[in-house]
Amino acid sequence: MYDFALVFSLHHAHRRTLAMALTREQIAGIAALARLNLTPAEIPVYQESLSKILDFVGALQRARTEGVTPMSHPLPGLSQRLRPDVVTEQDRHEEHQRNAPQVAAGLYLVPKVIE
Amino acid sequence: MSELHKRTLTELAAGLRARKFSSVEVVRAFLGRIESRQGTLNAFVSVTSEQALAEAAGADRALASGGGGALTGVPIAHKDLFCTRGVRTSCGSRMLDNFVSPYDATVVARLKAAGAISLGKTNMDEFAMGSSNENSYYGPVRNPWNVQLVPGGSSGGSAAAVAARLVPGATGTDTGGSIRQPAALCGITGIKPTYGRVSRFGMVAFASSLDQGGVLTVSAADAALMLREMAGFDPNDSTSVEAPVPDYVAALDAPLAGLKVGLLKEFFDKGLEAGNERRIREALQVFEKLGAQLREVSLPNLPLSVPTYYVVAPAEASSNLARFDGVRYGYRCKEPRDLLDLYQRSRGEGFGAEVKRRIMTGTYVLSAGYYDAYYLRAQKVRQLITDDFRRAFAEVDVLMGPMTPTAAFAIGAKTDDPIAMYLNDIYTIGANLAGVPAMSVPCGFVAGLPVGLQIVGPHFGEAKLLNVAHRYQLETDWHTRVPQGYA
Repeated sequence: MYDFALVFSLHHAHRRTLAMALTREQIAGIAALARLNLTPAEIPVYQESLSKILDFVGALQRARTEGVTPMSHPLPGLSQRLRPDVVTEQDRHEEHQRNAPQVAAGLYLVPKVIE
Repeated sequence: MSELHKRTLTELAAGLRARKFSSVEVVRAFLGRIESRQGTLNAFVSVTSEQALAEAAGADRALASGGGGALTGVPIAHKDLFCTRGVRTSCGSRMLDNFVSPYDATVVARLKAAGAISLGKTNMDEFAMGSSNENSYYGPVRNPWNVQLVPGGSSGGSAAAVAARLVPGATGTDTGGSIRQPAALCGITGIKPTYGRVSRFGMVAFASSLDQGGVLTVSAADAALMLREMAGFDPNDSTSVEAPVPDYVAALDAPLAGLKVGLLKEFFDKGLEAGNERRIREALQVFEKLGAQLREVSLPNLPLSVPTYYVVAPAEASSNLARFDGVRYGYRCKEPRDLLDLYQRSRGEGFGAEVKRRIMTGTYVLSAGYYDAYYLRAQKVRQLITDDFRRAFAEVDVLMGPMTPTAAFAIGAKTDDPIAMYLNDIYTIGANLAGVPAMSVPCGFVAGLPVGLQIVGPHFGEAKLLNVAHRYQLETDWHTRVPQGYA
């Protein structure tokens, strides 16, 4: 619900125009969607630079793209390969978990989620 | 043996095989240079001396018994976004400052299998986002031609290290110019292969439809040798292409008579500095002398490359970098209040300013209501740019033009203006969007600073690019120039 509400408010506040200056609230909203904690000092910095970037990429609106198929991949015709459904990996979870901030009994620990 | 660093990678590989010198001697010589220059250039994040010397001893034993591969005993370095088992892989970020990879990237494994010895991991812009190497958690890399200037980025550490002859060759990655632009600004040779030519497995992902690994070396011949060992199909990378790798070294010498060269009209614009343009025009005359036929070619949608890239790349980055959650690996904030606080503060504190800027740009352009206007439209323009390249390669064999609009700029000169920084990549990004191979070749100097010529080829045209660059390097000696104090 959290994410949808934010996206919805972003959408409504700014669907009228694309080239615009982003507000503090919008930057806070984008940061929340991206799970980034910003300090109060960072917000105006990103307000300015993101507004400039969006203005800059606004140049794309001038391109003639009627009937053009969007390109999602640089090599056309490449299809996803399938492989036989056999086990190829060994269990190396202890080695992988050595990089984890907090582990117990093979489990990743996080702050309590359910009260 | 104090002159070992003056030999190219190709010469070192041949000399080791002929047992003119040992791998331990070669590795010691380069490690000594790294140690004495690291304080000035900051080209490395980690130096793995002990491991390198142990591997060198093993290489000498293999060579003594007549064994070994194409690169046995030759020292190299890896950009610090290639995963190296048991060695920190930081990606230039606080987020991964404590990350010790549990596996080798395919590129790392292949070069190891060919016998190359890694001396360490090179500095870079954080998560490969940058064109100046000023965005590293480990501080900026300095350009050996003038330490007040940037080396370019994001593979700035690899470029500075090769230019200063701290290592004869290094890996890099190029998402929007990150091999070619620093190669140009540091006066060395760099190649970004076709998308899918080199495995991305174990390369920390930035923008997955654009990222491609490649090499930075002194000469095109060295690049051919290193790339031949790195390239090829990898089942661990779903976009790796199942096509045989030609012998790039064997293809180097083909004559260029009749080569059809297209000059990228849009690149010779008013943004290109006059001195840089003169060097490019002089290089083109060399190709004419070699029998190439020059003609101007227009790629009308190319000027839209930069805005297209700054939608597509941040969008993919915002998705790729969602994996850094402070739970499984990487940085975790102190005393998180709850799970959301853990995510938000770990990411807020672990990522640097430019990475956060791109994650937020990507989040915005992918969000509901904006997807069509930005991301979908950028994908359509990307198709138009790719079509331009395809039409051009129906008429010419290779495209040529400048690599960068200016020579290296001062550290700090563009850090306050992201758009000015993004425009450094104005000539590089088109090749990434279209997925075609491209390289930078040293072609002279402006006020003592190196200038790079860009050569672009059709998909899987690496052998032709390296051949064209090699023939040019037989006629010129720009690639052999070494910055003052590093000879």
